[in-house]
Amino acid sequence: MVKQTGTDLVKRGMAEMQKGGVIMDVINAEQAKIAEEAGAVAVMALERVPSDIRAAGGVARMADPTIVEEVQNAVSIPVMAKCRIGHIVEARVLEAMGVDYIDESEVLTPADEVYHLYKRDYTVPFVCGARDIGEATRRIAEGASMIRTKGEPGTGNIVEAVRHMRMMQSQINEVVNMSVDEIMTYAKNTGSPFEVLLNIKENGKLPVVNFAAGGVATPSDAALMMQLGADGVFVGSGIFKSDNPEKFARAIVEATTHYEDYALIAKLSKDLGTAMKGIEISTLEQKDRMQERGW
Amino acid sequence: MINIGVLALQGAVREHVKALEANDVNIVIVKKVDQLQELDGLVFPGGESTTMRRLINNYGFYEPLKEFAKRGKPIFGTCAGAILMANEIVGQADPHIAVMDMKVERNAFGRQRESFETTLNVKGIGDDVPGVFIRAPIIQAVGEAVDVLAEFEGEIVAAQQGPFLACSYHPELTDDNRMHQYFVDMVRHAVSANLA
Repeated sequence: MVKQTGTDLVKRGMAEMQKGGVIMDVINAEQAKIAEEAGAVAVMALERVPSDIRAAGGVARMADPTIVEEVQNAVSIPVMAKCRIGHIVEARVLEAMGVDYIDESEVLTPADEVYHLYKRDYTVPFVCGARDIGEATRRIAEGASMIRTKGEPGTGNIVEAVRHMRMMQSQINEVVNMSVDEIMTYAKNTGSPFEVLLNIKENGKLPVVNFAAGGVATPSDAALMMQLGADGVFVGSGIFKSDNPEKFARAIVEATTHYEDYALIAKLSKDLGTAMKGIEISTLEQKDRMQERGW
Repeated sequence: MINIGVLALQGAVREHVKALEANDVNIVIVKKVDQLQELDGLVFPGGESTTMRRLINNYGFYEPLKEFAKRGKPIFGTCAGAILMANEIVGQADPHIAVMDMKVERNAFGRQRESFETTLNVKGIGDDVPGVFIRAPIIQAVGEAVDVLAEFEGEIVAAQQGPFLACSYHPELTDDNRMHQYFVDMVRHAVSANLA
């Protein structure tokens, strides 16, 4: 019997299994175990969470493989890791290490200011950030098996993730309601590959799952993103920058599952301690906006 | 019409609903315990078994699910769902819902890069059933009451014990609905046996 690895179905299917779940940023084995225990569907192994990357400044790169390995050995849920946009070798290194999913991420300093990775060349699946249908469909055409909103990472401010999710949902609706002869011009105007738009029109949704990321700081934030149509949620700095990570992690997982149960979310939100402090987006200078990275 | 639920705590719920829709059954997306009352059969979808178990405990699903199985109501588990059904899990002290006499090993083929597609010969279904294995478990051993339905490279990947059906692959990700049809037939059979 033939055995085929790295097919679209296998790569996209992996992301389908994560639906309704929460993927948490962790920087060591201890945090990874807390995340798994709280019910995370995957962890993202990093050297620093986005808010610390923001604070540290300088060039942010792929994590030290020691950290990735430490996290891989600590948990049985999937382990993701980030590589710089366009950094072929960081991606290949993470693939060689057996990372389950790679995030070609704007949180790290881009290695290529023109080209993203050609992700179809890899056996490992990729997730990429997007702010609108153009970015999402270009990444999908390059081979991304999962999309997430960019939001504004490391700010603890949900406003940009909301903007991006609303933008994508309304553009998906536009495409679905268009007649086919309008789609080519829409493709030209939004920089979206035509074939991917046709697929969206046919199926009423992106051909891959679409998670929310970039600014989720509370259980209500996670539930909000689910209500806006996210398939699941990434939480970066929100958990381990809060006062009580165990409790916070559990509360965010439950709020994501039961995003329409408001009495439950009220209960989950009680006595959680302080959430991460957060940054008002208008105080960020243009050069500090990570969402502008990616092309 | 018979009612079949899909446990919707986490995972690929939508795909199972789609696969069942072809069968003229009423489908219930199960998020609350009291929804189990109306069901004739239940699907445990693929996803992350540790996450699902945590949510099963949080929402008081544990005892009601065991009770559901005890009443002989059919259950179909794929991948993580099969792990929930096994009465022994390699490297883990306690099983989850434990309704089938089988021992499973999680992530038995390796990490995501080792995930694969193939074609399987499944007893009672066909020799051309698509098998999508994603960080999949294997069924290492089964008890006497368990019928092995499919093997891949010498490992058991699908099994049935009376009203319980488990497979380590994801029929819900393909357009081939024969595994779901097989399960729906099991549910119809159980319902008519109950009436008789």
